[in-house]
Amino acid sequence: MAELPVIELEALTKTYAMGAVQVQALRGVDLQFKQGEYVTVMGPSGCGKSTLLNLLGCLDRPTSGKYLLGGYDLSQLNDDALSGIRGARLGFVFQSYNLVPQLTVIENIGIPLYYQGKSDDETLARSEVMAERVGLADRLHHRPYELSGGQQQRVAIARALVNDPLVILADEPTGNLDSGSGQEILEIFDELNKQGKTFIIVTHDEEIAARTMRVIRLRDGQVVSDVWN
Amino acid sequence: MSGTRADFHVFAAPPRLTYSYVKRTVRLGFRSLWMHRLRSLLTVLGIVFGVCSVIAMLAVGEGASHEAQEQIRRLGSNNIILKSIKPPDDEGTSARRTYSIDYGLTYDDLDEIRATIPGVTVVVPGRIIRQYVWHIARRVDCDIVGTIPWYSEMRKLNVIQGRFFTTEEMNNISNVCVLGESMAAELFPMDPPVGNTVRVGGAYYRVIGVIQAEAATATANPVEPTENGNETSAAAGASHRMYIPLTAAKHRFGETLVKRRSGSFEAEKVELHEAIVRVDKQEEVLDIAAIITEILQRERKKKDFEIVVPLELLRQAERTKQIFNVVLGSIAAISLLVGGIGIMNIMLATVTERTREIGIRRALGARRHDIIIQFLIETVILSCSGGLVGVLLGVAIPFAIARFANMVTIITPWSPFIAFSISAMIGVLFGIYPAFRAANMDPVEALRHE
Repeated sequence: MAELPVIELEALTKTYAMGAVQVQALRGVDLQFKQGEYVTVMGPSGCGKSTLLNLLGCLDRPTSGKYLLGGYDLSQLNDDALSGIRGARLGFVFQSYNLVPQLTVIENIGIPLYYQGKSDDETLARSEVMAERVGLADRLHHRPYELSGGQQQRVAIARALVNDPLVILADEPTGNLDSGSGQEILEIFDELNKQGKTFIIVTHDEEIAARTMRVIRLRDGQVVSDVWN
Repeated sequence: MSGTRADFHVFAAPPRLTYSYVKRTVRLGFRSLWMHRLRSLLTVLGIVFGVCSVIAMLAVGEGASHEAQEQIRRLGSNNIILKSIKPPDDEGTSARRTYSIDYGLTYDDLDEIRATIPGVTVVVPGRIIRQYVWHIARRVDCDIVGTIPWYSEMRKLNVIQGRFFTTEEMNNISNVCVLGESMAAELFPMDPPVGNTVRVGGAYYRVIGVIQAEAATATANPVEPTENGNETSAAAGASHRMYIPLTAAKHRFGETLVKRRSGSFEAEKVELHEAIVRVDKQEEVLDIAAIITEILQRERKKKDFEIVVPLELLRQAERTKQIFNVVLGSIAAISLLVGGIGIMNIMLATVTERTREIGIRRALGARRHDIIIQFLIETVILSCSGGLVGVLLGVAIPFAIARFANMVTIITPWSPFIAFSISAMIGVLFGIYPAFRAANMDPVEALRHE
């Protein structure tokens, strides 16, 4: 597939100031991700993988280097524009599900559309489709605390899918789940990837790494290996 | 599926405050507040009590001052009321056990006023004699006012039964009388008073009318006639008044009142106890009052009269009301400020507590202003619902006061409106800081927050 990469990172660095000390979380990362890739990012604690995920997710800005999403350089955009891109072009799945407790399942799924100013009807219709896709059609009006961990994570996946993102970024998506539910979640990922969704998963779990097509390992803020399974 | 370069520009678009956006945010706000019902309720109480007390206090104050002004107005804002007062005792007389004094306004005084001051039209004289009034076995201690037929008009007395006496009756020295309402009720609990007779000393008077209680003289203001012969408490009998023609009063009671006590004897000679001077132009009232004082003082060694200017009292009442309003306003401002601080305090706690939610929303595409608006709307919902409940209570309480405490309360139409707007403004004012704090959180930090 000789298409444009969805994501291009060029000499990306990130430095935090922790008091007087400068901590270099990323020291020049060059990576490319293409449409439909299924990638795991691994590495020991403090290797910079969370920082990388935050940068990919436009939650943070790089200290230097370039970040191109869909061929467009994001490093110069302001906060509002980055928020807009997160809402319209990116999907997030977190370790702790991160559902909004006062909203029902279907409302949680619709949050990204809500901030894009979509109409209520459209939001509702698309949220319902997504809920069905992750097998929660019968839980639409439940609150998060009424669901099991696995179900909550499926809501989060539906929410990550609802805006039809370029990339879905997942941070330890099975970290809080028992192995059975974790397995279910990963099967949903596999299925979605087969349908063409791009996944970048940050994890410690070698089992997850084993089922993805590409494994990137970080150490001390640098890519030490980039292997295709 | 993949984004093109062009469509990324869309994301820098300015905020869209559409109707459906606001509607959804308001709904979200209600939902979030409903999750912490008790906390929201307690937070709102500050505003509720603030708004409610402002409206209620204003209504009570307005009612009280209205009543006072109404009483003064009934004295007539074009009138100047002159009263005879017993001059302070000389050093010698107090030692004497028996004496007679001669003081007060005279018919000559009134003639002089009428003759020298232009713009004075009517002068109404009056004599006040304190006596017991009888009907069969019932007795009432009362001020008998000898006056002229147009007195009722000048004092804006409200004749509720029968009529006031006429010029003819005065010229004929008729024994007719008009009773005050409360007195009529005491003397004639069963019968209609009009047509019946009352007895004063040895003379009988036919009742021809009843007038409404003269409110102004019932309250403790300087208009109160206190120095009238009898020693019994003036306040108790103050509302009991009986009006008879001046000629009859002169004829039956004479001009000298004699008072006997054990071992002492006092005689007082007073021609007129009261006189009302009517001035044509209201602007001249205060000047003419000064001139009258001048005229009367010129001929007297002692000050045996008093001048009451209703207009001046009215001005004073208005000034008092202004001070009252300022004080009320400050109390209101303080209580609303306290309410606002309470709201801000809770909103700051809420923002901290919901840091995670803020992080989630930011990650899912909420811009800073989306977060600001969300929290601002929550604060405004709190303060507005507090304001609304406060207005309802604040309107209800004066009604309850009027009903159960028998006080006049007046809710000025603008007071609920102003109180509500202020409470809404407080919501915005005290919501801004928490909202900005929420919006300025770093999304990464916020997501990590436990």
